[in-house]
Amino acid sequence: MAAIATLKDLYETLSPGLPGAGAAGLDRLRADGYARFLADGIPTPKVEGWKYTNLRDLAGVSLAPAQGTIDSAANTDFDVPSVAPGETHRLVFVDGRFNAALSAVGALPQSVTLDSLRGLIEASPATAAEVLERFPAPKADTGLRVGPNPGRGQALGLVGLNGAFLAEGAVLTVGEGVKLARPVEIVFIATAADGAWHPRLLIDVAAGAEVTVAEHHVARGGGATFANIVSGVRVGEGAILRHAKFQEEAETALHLASVTATVAASGTYETFVLTTGGRLARTDVQVRLQGSGAQTRVSGAYGVDGSRHADFTSLIDHVAANCTSREVVKGVIDGRGRAVFQGKIIVRPDAQKTDGHQLNRALLLSDTAEIDAKPELEIYADDVKCSHGATAGELDEEALFYLRARGIPADTARALLIAAFLDEVAEEIGDEHLRAYATARIQDRIGRLTGITVDTDAPVLGE
Amino acid sequence: MLEIKNLHATVDGKEILKGINLTINPGEVHAIMGPNGSGKSTLSYVLSGRDGYEVTGGSVTFQGKDLLAMEAEERAAEGVFLAFQYPVEIPGVSNTTFLKTALNAVRKHKGLPELDAMQFLKLIRAKAKSLNMNDDMIKRAVNVGFSGGEKKRNDILQMAMLEPSFAILDETDSGLDIDALKLVADGVNSLRSPERSMLVITHYQRLLSYIVPDHVHVLAYGKIVRSGGKELALELEAKGYAEFGSPEAA
Repeated sequence: MAAIATLKDLYETLSPGLPGAGAAGLDRLRADGYARFLADGIPTPKVEGWKYTNLRDLAGVSLAPAQGTIDSAANTDFDVPSVAPGETHRLVFVDGRFNAALSAVGALPQSVTLDSLRGLIEASPATAAEVLERFPAPKADTGLRVGPNPGRGQALGLVGLNGAFLAEGAVLTVGEGVKLARPVEIVFIATAADGAWHPRLLIDVAAGAEVTVAEHHVARGGGATFANIVSGVRVGEGAILRHAKFQEEAETALHLASVTATVAASGTYETFVLTTGGRLARTDVQVRLQGSGAQTRVSGAYGVDGSRHADFTSLIDHVAANCTSREVVKGVIDGRGRAVFQGKIIVRPDAQKTDGHQLNRALLLSDTAEIDAKPELEIYADDVKCSHGATAGELDEEALFYLRARGIPADTARALLIAAFLDEVAEEIGDEHLRAYATARIQDRIGRLTGITVDTDAPVLGE
Repeated sequence: MLEIKNLHATVDGKEILKGINLTINPGEVHAIMGPNGSGKSTLSYVLSGRDGYEVTGGSVTFQGKDLLAMEAEERAAEGVFLAFQYPVEIPGVSNTTFLKTALNAVRKHKGLPELDAMQFLKLIRAKAKSLNMNDDMIKRAVNVGFSGGEKKRNDILQMAMLEPSFAILDETDSGLDIDALKLVADGVNSLRSPERSMLVITHYQRLLSYIVPDHVHVLAYGKIVRSGGKELALELEAKGYAEFGSPEAA
């Protein structure tokens, strides 16, 4: 594979210049990543879990990190997206590179840290390596060998690639019992015509702590860039993490992300993913409910048209008893767009009293739109409540006529129904900042999809 | 107001309306009664412009314009209103968003300025109050979780907001208990005016005790077979539709 040969040169050329090069811990992490990439490579449709998403387009894309041509002090005039402008703690990355000038961490309580990975490595490679190793690693395999269909895992080749160039990213730690009032934002802005970035995002929320994190991936003139993001999340006992990702990159961009989260007893991990950008975008979420009473809420909304491709893949692993999971993923597909939903719930033998629900719905707006949906339940305990549902359909003709019969023009009626369909996912979001922002971004996307600006901004009743 | 001449229509290639003739003058309330399958609902959908109903002959003139040449939304904007037999549930679209969008679309069509949020709120509150609908019902998603009676009241609220000149009430009484029926009928009666005409479609006489028509027509197997005054409804209630024959005879 040509890309791999080129990558070998790049790895050998670039790794001595990466921050912390020469420090034993980091060198080993990078070497391990590179070795894993060489061993596993880019996943092909032959790999279970990548059957419906073909990464052949990656062959024409540079896997090397985008070159650091950006002067971090000079780029201060970007329109940086925010769920609460001026009221968040934020780190900004331009073309994958940490940008101190655009970042605004602000005052944080003691026992809360928010750092760029590069900064952390430059301060102390040894500490950075320790932090990196503290987070749950994605697994290629769930370890279950019971039944006809052993658990599918994540693509370690891509994770390896991320590890080989480990340098950029963000690390958030929230100490025990701290409830952070303002959201944390991690913003990736693409400006380059091409090039890749391989950021590592790590979030550690200690027992009883509470935090909201918004992750943005946007283009400000960016082109065929490739973001290969690996995230590690730890939610401690009774802690709450509300995590939303807004993926709104250029229509030519590639976006691949894998998130591995562990949730301790009575902890809550909420994650929402909006996918509206990129020619190919995939988010792969693995949540392990490890302690009794842990909860997760996984939701996703996407809109694809043209010949674009969106993939939402999840694995919710009920390891402990008394855990609940709820997953709602909905998307709108137009033109020759294609979407993939793969959702798996595993209930391990000890996970009695599991409550697990999953729903996937797709709205097909054209005859050539396509959805591949693969819901799976794998249950090894006997006292559980689990369900899943998947539907694909067109706009409801009756509803359309009802709206038109009241004088609403057909295209506006369509836009209203599409907005309503996706807004329901936003309702899954517990945090009001995130929910309002998600609704606004969904409406913006529908506006671009249909050419109609819908006013779902209903007047507020009550004095 | 409305003139239907020799109207023929098919659904899925099957002829349902076989030559309807009907003239409705301003301010008149006409009732169409008939057995199931006579074409009552087809007539209401053909007049309101629903897709899938093909007009194969005849004409419909509404306030001097060719109604059949218009899209459903144009008809609504011109002043035609259909109160549905089964109002549709629309999850995710609030009643306020729905009605504000509809009202402003109709106002725009009429060359009137659009209402802003405050003007709209004031108006919908006043109209809802007269129909005994609270803020919660107005705020909720369109018809979602509404009882049968609430759905019908919501349709009448829409009618009160849009102020059509011609309203078709399609089996408005179906699924209503007597209290809900009275409430809906009161709402309809309060909208009667010398400028507004109505076509009340019903299987039973019951509704016509509350919404008293000026004229009653019997629709059987695609044609109006008899017309009369309001007393015709009582006669039908007593005798049934048997004398109007069967589909085979038509």
